[in-house]
Amino acid sequence: MIPAAFEYYRPKDMAGVLSVLQEHGDDARVLAGGHSLIPMMKLRMAEVPHLIDLQDVEGLGGISVDGDTVRIGAMTTQHDIIDNAALAAAAPIMREASLQIADPQVRYMGTVGGNVANGDPGNDMPGLMQCLDATFTLVGPDGERTVEARDFYEAAYMTDREDDEILTAVSFKAPKGGYAYEKQKRKIGDYATAAAAVLITKTDGKCSAASIAMTNLSDTPIWSEAAAEALVGTSLDDAAIAAAVAAMLGDIDPTDDNRGPVEFKRHAASIILRRAIETAWSRA
Amino acid sequence: MSNKKHIKMTVNGEEQEFLAEPRELLIHTLRERLNITGPHIGCETSHCGACTVTLNGKSVKSCTVFVAQADGADITTIEGLGNPDSLHVLQESFKEHHGLQCGFCTPGMITRASKLLEENPNPTEEDVRFGMAGNICRCTGYQNIVKSILAAASEMNAAKEAAE
Repeated sequence: MIPAAFEYYRPKDMAGVLSVLQEHGDDARVLAGGHSLIPMMKLRMAEVPHLIDLQDVEGLGGISVDGDTVRIGAMTTQHDIIDNAALAAAAPIMREASLQIADPQVRYMGTVGGNVANGDPGNDMPGLMQCLDATFTLVGPDGERTVEARDFYEAAYMTDREDDEILTAVSFKAPKGGYAYEKQKRKIGDYATAAAAVLITKTDGKCSAASIAMTNLSDTPIWSEAAAEALVGTSLDDAAIAAAVAAMLGDIDPTDDNRGPVEFKRHAASIILRRAIETAWSRA
Repeated sequence: MSNKKHIKMTVNGEEQEFLAEPRELLIHTLRERLNITGPHIGCETSHCGACTVTLNGKSVKSCTVFVAQADGADITTIEGLGNPDSLHVLQESFKEHHGLQCGFCTPGMITRASKLLEENPNPTEEDVRFGMAGNICRCTGYQNIVKSILAAASEMNAAKEAAE
């Protein structure tokens, strides 16, 4: 369980990170909390000749809630998210989801940036970011650019991020109304068999807006516009929820693996989404 | 390949300095280089928590940290919490309430529990179970581990009150 040797860098600023990335291209990787990358390096499934530790880089941490705009620096850990009262008030779904990620030790290390940038379909933050309609900030040799979370994921571990860019922050508008993050997993520490992020706004007893995203049910997170549309304008009677679940099932594409066969995953996804919708509605 | 780095860290209050390859895992540094063998290697895959140490105030699995990341860090292991002549309240409590059978997971359990009680001195049973979820025990079924931690919390709180 010892990884191949690598050169280790611990730059203090972004210029230091970018210069290593530019010099070594895809032979270089950045290390945030390391709880996805280090296990892969130990298994020698990831080879990283040049490892750039981000822990000392200035400006990558911090959570700010300014009016209804939330910005979370890439190096913010899940533990930081759970602990942040302002964030819990502005976007309680962040705390609810973070509490369901991995285990306490991993949450002290695991970061938002790592979770969203890694592109692992099992990670919870990508779907959550799509549900929140978040924007990712990337910095590269040509400066800064932003990408919508809903446009960022291309396939498993394939994202819109270039090799010489790093993801520095996520930001989103504080969601209004009810919320829920529901996750079915085999045990603590496992990735989701199925997970659902749901936001619902209620006006005069009817759903006036909704956003629904599913995790680990395709090779990317699935933001299901059709599922949300099935709820809008209804008072979330059984038929509306069934229609939303059916629409979601039309959008996901799970595969057989050690978490179960496709049919089981579709079944789990249905139950989880139904629960998330009901919880979000009860809080709306 | 020799790309050894000069590493400095404080472990259980003692300064340590040495040369190491960055890829060395912190658990190996502790056990093999510094002879601090309280943290155990259970799974070595970030699952079991037997290697848990406190690193800069966080409970971490030292099998999933490179020594280079811990350069400059302040680390506490079970050895830094108590010793045979003067057990930590949690160690006493695990002994008293049979919070262990084979004992292999115990150093990680107690190191993690110490941080849990620091952050939440009045945990409910559910808080303890949730906060200890990164540590696996294959013997006890957890009942007595939870009991030990809750009892230690009461004792620590009583001692704090008595001191005030």
